[in-house]
Amino acid sequence: MRVSEKIIEGLLWLSAVITILITIGIIWVLLSESIAFFSEVSIVRFLTEKEWTPLFADKKFGIMPLVAGTLLTTFIAIAVALPLGLTIAVYLNEYAHAGFKQVIKPMLEVLATIPTVVYGFFALTVVTPFLQGFIPGLAGFNALSAGIVMGIMIIPMISSLSEDAISAVPRSLREAAYGMGSTRLQTAFGVMVPAASSGIVVSVILGISRAVGETMIVAIAAGQQPRLTLNPLVPIETITTYIVQVSLGDVPHGSLEYRTIFAAGITLFIFTFALNNISFWIKKKYQEKYD
Amino acid sequence: MTNSEKNRLKDKAFQVFGVFCTFIGLVILAVFLFDIAIEGFSRIDWDFLTSLPSRRASRAGILTAWAGTLWILVLTAIIAFPLGVGAGIYLEEYSRKNRWTNFLEINIANLAGVPSIIYGLLGLEVFVRQMRLGGSLLAGALTLSLLILPIIIVTTREAIKAVPRSVRDGSFALGASKWQTVWNQVLPASFGGILTGIILSLSRAVGEAAPLIVIGALAYVPFTPATPLDEFTVLPIQIFNWTSRPQEAFLTNAAGAIIVLLAITFLLNGIAVYLRNRQQKKIKW
Repeated sequence: MRVSEKIIEGLLWLSAVITILITIGIIWVLLSESIAFFSEVSIVRFLTEKEWTPLFADKKFGIMPLVAGTLLTTFIAIAVALPLGLTIAVYLNEYAHAGFKQVIKPMLEVLATIPTVVYGFFALTVVTPFLQGFIPGLAGFNALSAGIVMGIMIIPMISSLSEDAISAVPRSLREAAYGMGSTRLQTAFGVMVPAASSGIVVSVILGISRAVGETMIVAIAAGQQPRLTLNPLVPIETITTYIVQVSLGDVPHGSLEYRTIFAAGITLFIFTFALNNISFWIKKKYQEKYD
Repeated sequence: MTNSEKNRLKDKAFQVFGVFCTFIGLVILAVFLFDIAIEGFSRIDWDFLTSLPSRRASRAGILTAWAGTLWILVLTAIIAFPLGVGAGIYLEEYSRKNRWTNFLEINIANLAGVPSIIYGLLGLEVFVRQMRLGGSLLAGALTLSLLILPIIIVTTREAIKAVPRSVRDGSFALGASKWQTVWNQVLPASFGGILTGIILSLSRAVGEAAPLIVIGALAYVPFTPATPLDEFTVLPIQIFNWTSRPQEAFLTNAAGAIIVLLAITFLLNGIAVYLRNRQQKKIKW
């Protein structure tokens, strides 16, 4: 009896420890291949060269064009998702009836369940032709449509996390604002949103992290041309798209081209790891404690 | 206009804006689903569902793609279920509150934020190369299992946490051991919640394309996989492949495949929501 209890506890412990092994595995895989990469290409070239052409005869290994593409699509996505998501959160909390909220929230969540490859199809075949109607210079592949669609995908993430943060603000604060004659709008943006600001910031950071790592939307709709530009109308390439592009091709294992995807991968990992940890830190440090 | 009238007007204006923002996402979703339905429904017939892929758009079907998706779904569930639930039980019922547990928790939260394509790189090195599984179903399912593990662990813990202390105390008082309590009381009481989490995480796995492309799943597979060691394709990869082609006819195929993929995703989510609602109604502590 005692023995089998111990064995079971050991097995459960093991399955929890696997999560640590996954992290170690990720870091080990990314590091070992990247170190091999950086022994051939200096890290200075990697960070300062302005072109990324590892698959061409004239090889350049500057990661910046991929980083620029990633940041550009991410910026557009957040520019769409933050105003919409935050307004939805405020509206549902301060204005809408409870019944309306109960119906609308699961419907918004549907946006988050749609596979990203489907969003990519949407960006390429619906949003780009639509935008081309009034932006004449818009290329068939561009950062703008991909970013906008990514923003739509992130709306439920920002709206529901912000809403949780706002509804965690105690009623008494809202009632005090009303008591002083504030309108709902003044209460919302003068009292509730500032009081919930740490939670809202966390939702935005997680949204950024999600957008940085998003792959299929940008792979389908943003193009495959690494370009150091902030112009949203032309084809670009993100870090994630590059990894997909190489994976689809026939790059031999162990070659320098093969290792580039791990160098790109570790860059991506550093970005999302930093963002996630900043969000944990904010959550821990600035979470308002109301009693 | 007095100040207070101005403020009231602004308040009303924001209310209208709020309704607008809330519905714009839903309207876009509706436009999109409508567009897909118009483009894709005409393409879906028995031949489309039972044909192998082909260079000619009108002959191409999604048999290998949905067969691969079902294989991946089942294998991923088999691998991820015991690991995720086991880890959840350990963290909720067995672990003590100390630095080690804290570290485990932070680590799991971090894993949940790692982009799916990075899991693809992990799978490529570990399962495809080191374990020599190649671009097989098993390698794909293992990769996706790691991807959804954090979600399963978190939802399992939530479900277990909802079981009140008194249930465990009652069981212990009757002389049950720790595991007997977990197995006979805690798990049956929280099973609905655990199942909901697993189904939701599987619906996420079904829609993933990026990590599977990285581990080398193919776009063109002329046979349906027969064993877990066979090469495979899945619906999202097939959709990606068709969407990347210039010919209009392949876009129609992609729309048809999207309808099938969305049907699977919505079905899984529907089951999860149904289970959750039933669970909430059934058990009142």
